Amino acid sequence: MISGTRILAIMIKELLQLSRDRLTYAMILVMPVMQLMLFGYAINTDPRHLPTVVLDEDRTTLSRSVLAALGNTGYFDFTAEAASHAAIDAAIESGAAQLAVVIPHDFSRRVVKGDAPRILVEADASDPTAVGSALGSLGGVAEAALDHDLQGPLARDGGGGPFEIVVHRRYNPENITAFNIVPGLLGIVLSMTLVMMTALAVTREHERGTMESLLATPVRPIEVMIGKLAPYVGIGVIQTVLILGLARLLFGVPFEGGWAALALGTALFITGSLALGFLFSTLARSQLQAMQMSIFYILPSILLSGFMFPFRGMPDWAQVLGTAIPVTHFLRVVRGSLLKGADLAQTWPSLAALGVFVVVVTALAMARYRTTLD
Amino acid sequence: MPVAIDVKGLNKSFGDKHVVRDVSITVEAGRVTGFLGPNGSGKTTTMRMLCGLLTPDSGEGTCLGLDILKETGEIKRRTGYMTQRFSLYDDLTIEENLLFVARVYGMDDRRRRVAEALAGLGLEARRKQPAGALSGGWKQRLALAAAVMHEPRLLLLDEPTAGVDPKARREFWDQIHELTAKGMTVMVSTHYMDEAERCHDIAYIAYGALIARGTVAELIDRSALVTFKGEGPGADRLAPALLREPGVEMAAPFGAALHVSGPDRALLERAISRHRGDGLRWTEGRPTIEDVFIHLMRGAEDNFR
Repeated sequence: MISGTRILAIMIKELLQLSRDRLTYAMILVMPVMQLMLFGYAINTDPRHLPTVVLDEDRTTLSRSVLAALGNTGYFDFTAEAASHAAIDAAIESGAAQLAVVIPHDFSRRVVKGDAPRILVEADASDPTAVGSALGSLGGVAEAALDHDLQGPLARDGGGGPFEIVVHRRYNPENITAFNIVPGLLGIVLSMTLVMMTALAVTREHERGTMESLLATPVRPIEVMIGKLAPYVGIGVIQTVLILGLARLLFGVPFEGGWAALALGTALFITGSLALGFLFSTLARSQLQAMQMSIFYILPSILLSGFMFPFRGMPDWAQVLGTAIPVTHFLRVVRGSLLKGADLAQTWPSLAALGVFVVVVTALAMARYRTTLD
Repeated sequence: MPVAIDVKGLNKSFGDKHVVRDVSITVEAGRVTGFLGPNGSGKTTTMRMLCGLLTPDSGEGTCLGLDILKETGEIKRRTGYMTQRFSLYDDLTIEENLLFVARVYGMDDRRRRVAEALAGLGLEARRKQPAGALSGGWKQRLALAAAVMHEPRLLLLDEPTAGVDPKARREFWDQIHELTAKGMTVMVSTHYMDEAERCHDIAYIAYGALIARGTVAELIDRSALVTFKGEGPGADRLAPALLREPGVEMAAPFGAALHVSGPDRALLERAISRHRGDGLRWTEGRPTIEDVFIHLMRGAEDNFR
């Protein structure tokens, strides 16, 4: 017979044990709230207000009407005026702008003449989702932007709009999602394995009681740290080579260059992830806690870093949060170098952020990790 | 005799818990010192301070002639420490564990030393088995072999025989005495009275303070305890009644007999005289070391609580 009392006994014991572990509380209560906030508010697959640079060589009422119409779609935020085509290239390559609009100098003249001039919209399509909606809105703009200006004798009687918009998808002309996801995956895989594995590796020694014996030997704590972390550097490098190799072979992800940035970024990111795992292990009292801490770190890394959802689609507060996540910067380096060929000169802000991450986390881990057991 | 351990006024607190209070202890080289005391009395903490795992809050002294505050690295190199829990790697094989220890201590000629250790253990045939698969007694023997492989001059054993069967314990203690015969100093904490009697001398610690020091015989003599042994039908069931009498510090059945002891002979005699009529035969006996420890524990409670 199944006994209610016995089941109750187990239930009460289980609840008591759960209530003793604060981190589990956090898992039960904070996790759903966090996910709700992230999924509900932060994530937006239809990002608006994308930073756009403008090169208006025409500077007439008509060209300004076109820009106003683009602005009215809500997708284009004109953040800067470019002086030349080179400036546009630089802005898009560095990621400062995701879109660029170029209006040629004879735009008005040709509209009036009725020979449908072309406006160029350049898009950073390395993240197809991010610019997809913006590009989708262009058709309507071309149709209606100049309706007010072209009245009376200038009004057109059917037969196409007054001008055309030519879209130039840079870095990923065929809109292949894998080009964006696969390099991004490198950051996620490295975080998952390296942070979690190191956090567990050190906590395991404490949990099994082997750390005590280890510290009773002449081994110095710094030697324990280096010895325990070094194998994971190797694992990180193997994973990087594996993912990049498969990205090339299976998905044909372009490798545009930027090798120095890629190598430096990967080195910094691996080091930082290991240090973070080590920091977790000095805070966690059990392997379960180390695991939970790693999940707390990895979840926002997936959701807020721009890995899954366009970074610029998130509200400002979420972007600030996302900027504090190392994966965000690593993704910018990896995508920048592989897809755009961006090198040290273009990716240095992200590399610097990763450097800060490494220094801060290592310092914290060293401070927490003590020689003796006291 | 040269001195292996000589420390004065060791103190250690964890938070607001004063775990070790003013412990001063001297241990002669080549002796087995039993470290006894109730659970949580500070035995492990004291040992950890001696081998450089913990830094004392205050106090000073030397271990193997090395400063326990400044030369912990050197102390660790010359000390073997065996923890309460089996602390080799369950998922490494016996041989891999020993090789690891050999490397950590930077030993030369590692293969030979490991082979010797395996031969000494009689585990050559099982050297490829994971250490976690060994039984309790074997694990403890392996842990001991690992702790002495670097030929330490001081061996600290923290309750090494907890949960080990009597035969394995006997063999373990034979090994300890073999090691001290070669000049090693051993400090071992235990809760077993028979093991206390196998030690050259005893240090008794309660509530973090060292309250007795000496050989087993000295401790018994110094305690001035009086012990009576009662035999007869139902003697073993009288313990609860006798414990309520003034002057009775301990009344415990040993098989069918009852041991009653206390510090005051007159009070004790009065207490047992009330139970003389029931066909019991009372004889005076020598207190056991267990009687002495319970007596010490009582005294410590009065002083520190």
